Amino acid sequence: MSSIVVANSLSKQYGKVNALCSLSFEVNEGEIYGIIGPDGAGKTSLFRILTTLLLPDGGNATVDGLDVVRHYREIRRRIGYMPGRFSLYPDLSVEENLQFFASIFGTTIEANYHLVADIYRQIERFSTRKAGALSGGMKQKLALSCALIHAPRVLFLDEPTTGVDPVSRKEFWEMLQKLRTEHGITILVSTPYMDEAAWCDRIALIQNGRFMQEDTPAGIVKSYKPVLWSVKSRQMHELLHDLRRFNMVKTAFSFGETYHITLSDGLSIPQLKGHLETCGHEQVEITPIAPSIEDCFMELMNQTL
Amino acid sequence: MKQFLTFVRKEFFHIFRDSRTMLILLVMPVVLTLLFGYAVTTEVKDSRVAVVDFSKDELTRRITDRLATHSYFTLCAAYENVSAAEKAFLRGEIDMVIVFPTGFAADFHHGGNTSVQLLIDGSEPNQASVRTGYTEKVMASFMQELHSGKPMSTSMQIIPEVRMLYNPQLKSEYNFVPGVIGLILMLICALMSSVSIVKEKETGTMEILLASPLPPIIIILAKLVPYFVIACTNIATILMLSYFLMGVPMAGSLFCFLGISLVYILACLSLGLLISTLVSTQLAAMLLSLLLIVPSLYFSGLAFPLESMPTALQNISSIVPARWYVSAARKLMIQGVEARHVIRELGVLTLMTFMLITISLSLFKKRLE
Amino acid sequence: MSEYAIVAEGLTKTFGTFTATDHITFEVRKGEIFGFLGANGAGKTTAMRMLCGLSRPSEGRATVAGFDVEREAEQVKRNIGYMSQKFSLYDDLTVEENLRLFGGIYGMTSADIKHKANHLLSNLGLTDLRKAMVGRLPLGWKQKLAFSLSIFHNPKIVFLDEPTGGVDPVTRRQFWELIYEAADRGITVFVTTHYMDEAEYCDRVSIMVDGKIEALDTPSQLKKNFSVGTMYEVFYALARKAKRGAG
Repeated sequence: MSSIVVANSLSKQYGKVNALCSLSFEVNEGEIYGIIGPDGAGKTSLFRILTTLLLPDGGNATVDGLDVVRHYREIRRRIGYMPGRFSLYPDLSVEENLQFFASIFGTTIEANYHLVADIYRQIERFSTRKAGALSGGMKQKLALSCALIHAPRVLFLDEPTTGVDPVSRKEFWEMLQKLRTEHGITILVSTPYMDEAAWCDRIALIQNGRFMQEDTPAGIVKSYKPVLWSVKSRQMHELLHDLRRFNMVKTAFSFGETYHITLSDGLSIPQLKGHLETCGHEQVEITPIAPSIEDCFMELMNQTL
Repeated sequence: MKQFLTFVRKEFFHIFRDSRTMLILLVMPVVLTLLFGYAVTTEVKDSRVAVVDFSKDELTRRITDRLATHSYFTLCAAYENVSAAEKAFLRGEIDMVIVFPTGFAADFHHGGNTSVQLLIDGSEPNQASVRTGYTEKVMASFMQELHSGKPMSTSMQIIPEVRMLYNPQLKSEYNFVPGVIGLILMLICALMSSVSIVKEKETGTMEILLASPLPPIIIILAKLVPYFVIACTNIATILMLSYFLMGVPMAGSLFCFLGISLVYILACLSLGLLISTLVSTQLAAMLLSLLLIVPSLYFSGLAFPLESMPTALQNISSIVPARWYVSAARKLMIQGVEARHVIRELGVLTLMTFMLITISLSLFKKRLE
Repeated sequence: MSEYAIVAEGLTKTFGTFTATDHITFEVRKGEIFGFLGANGAGKTTAMRMLCGLSRPSEGRATVAGFDVEREAEQVKRNIGYMSQKFSLYDDLTVEENLRLFGGIYGMTSADIKHKANHLLSNLGLTDLRKAMVGRLPLGWKQKLAFSLSIFHNPKIVFLDEPTGGVDPVTRRQFWELIYEAADRGITVFVTTHYMDEAEYCDRVSIMVDGKIEALDTPSQLKKNFSVGTMYEVFYALARKAKRGAG
């Protein structure tokens, strides 16, 4: 497998703020590579450097073997880019938008229709509607079609699912999977939603301009060191306070209807249960649980603090 | 080339689909022309007139009465000497002074040829000329009456000698046409074009355009082409409106006029481009353009006559492209001079355009920062 | 006084032929944390605007803090707090200036503002940053500060529109702890979110589909009704039936 995107100690500063601190990674051809982290972690800066829109302050990167600084013109021909905000022309119709983006890449809708067909067909019946009047989900599909219409080698999607509901997000990821398996397009995608890691082949967890870890989602979960327990009782609200007050509990975070906790060495589960029951908790349930990417992310944040 | 044309077509879509933009681009030039044109041809009522009568004879009294009863004039005062009248002028109490020289009636009856002096505020050339016209008409009809029944001797007449205060040359009332064109082109080529470029930055579409293989110069050219076309349409519209509807002549060469207009359009477009490279929001682009448009309004002669400005201000005005254009356009259109008399203006404008294009292209970024 | 902070009866908003919010009826109890879920375009924002007195219902009625949202919009606004992910604070004002501004808007006295501001800042650990421009704060802190500000004037109800979007997982949880504190003080919390784990933190949750409320209950009851293990599955089962917007 060859690397289609290679970054070597990329750095970027804005004034005194380090947006990116010496990032190095490689993306293999034909994989979905997720860059996962909160807003302000440096995702957009990274994408802009790789799409030749920003100059790095240090390090270098290549896309499809071309240097992002020196060969920016050629790279721009080979990539598709979907920035974070809705970036289409709201006063042009659906079809006019697609046509426009096809023609600025010197191609036509017909030439690459097979690539976008699955996605575009879902909005085709609105082809004369102004893009500004589309619903969020439809805008997203149009934007993806526009980024794909010139058959790019690599697709850069910067937070395509931010602010999108879980159902539409799932649909969107299914579209991406299809693009990868059926057309072999390499996809770099950034997201603040940790649960979307599952859709990626490999992911990087980014925080404060640094990759805290980079691996397959399973690999990241595997390397999670502590033993994680899920706790619940009838008095959920008080439970969190009691867990935090107990000095043998290392971390306690709410996770849906339970709390995920890690314990100091030497504390057994019956001991913890006993402690909680003396605090007045009833129906205490403590079960071992496999960590999610979000657990891993928080553990890594904890380590880097 | 096809990429370029699609882009231009897209720009026209943006323009045609926004009714406010359309209003500014196509309707406003017409409205402005009509507005200024109407201001020229309109009646000037209630002119306040003062009389300085050195003759005090029957004839001067009759003429004064005639003016006083005329619906367009109001007789305000009589002064003993001209300097007193001029002071009233300065205080803004009167609009016009009629001075009858000593022995007016005697001169008239004996020589048959006499003159009155009109002092008029020339800082409003349009009104001044209308007032002169009215006075002339009053004099003429008075003469007619005086001679009613008798054969009129051609040698017997009263000649008003007009002395303009503040604006002695009294530039033609048609000055507004070059002024309006100068202003409109600045508005469309600098303001509207810079806003349209910056809009792509603000909405994020510039990010996609820059990440595409389109050369940045093509993006810029394609964005400017529609404004160039619209600017040309506007010149044609304004010229036709003023020629056919308001009878404004084209005294000089139309060809030269269009030539210098073209250079001016390019200057304005490059200004627009420069603005768009300096700012990143539409609001900032608009404010910066206004900073340029306000002086243009001043130096286009629409608000004040250039000639009555202090020298210092006139010197400052030399860095405003509109000033050079309006000056050349006036010479060509109204004074009807030959092309060689506007060489200086043409030279300055060409130099400005060249500099602006160089600066803005060197500032234009092929990346986001 | 009724036991409800919010009562909506047949609340409807139409735009031309499009019914954005379609006869929704529900109550929110005082002191409750009420999750208001729905797919994009389901009509959540429109409903929220009507409840905040910003938009007139086309049909039906609603009371918020006992005031009619249509006839007594001013009183409604005085008794609610509002925070959204998009707009919350002025980036070009300092932390302190923002506090003073919002306190002033709600007619608090200077002494009151000063006292509460000190308390709020020490609570958030922001005392040292009181003179810092809000624009320079990390997103997580900004969101926590924005929330604290939205309840600064002690409103009866606070409306939160996707308050945790894009925030890191640790801060997201700290944010919810702030929500719990507010609820403990008796403030009713009305919150929208796209994080389904956050739906579990609510006392009750409603799910809107195509302008209508399709489900409303406690998270555990909803999961039982749909025989599924997570709120995500409940949401998915309902929202994928949506005809609108998915296109």
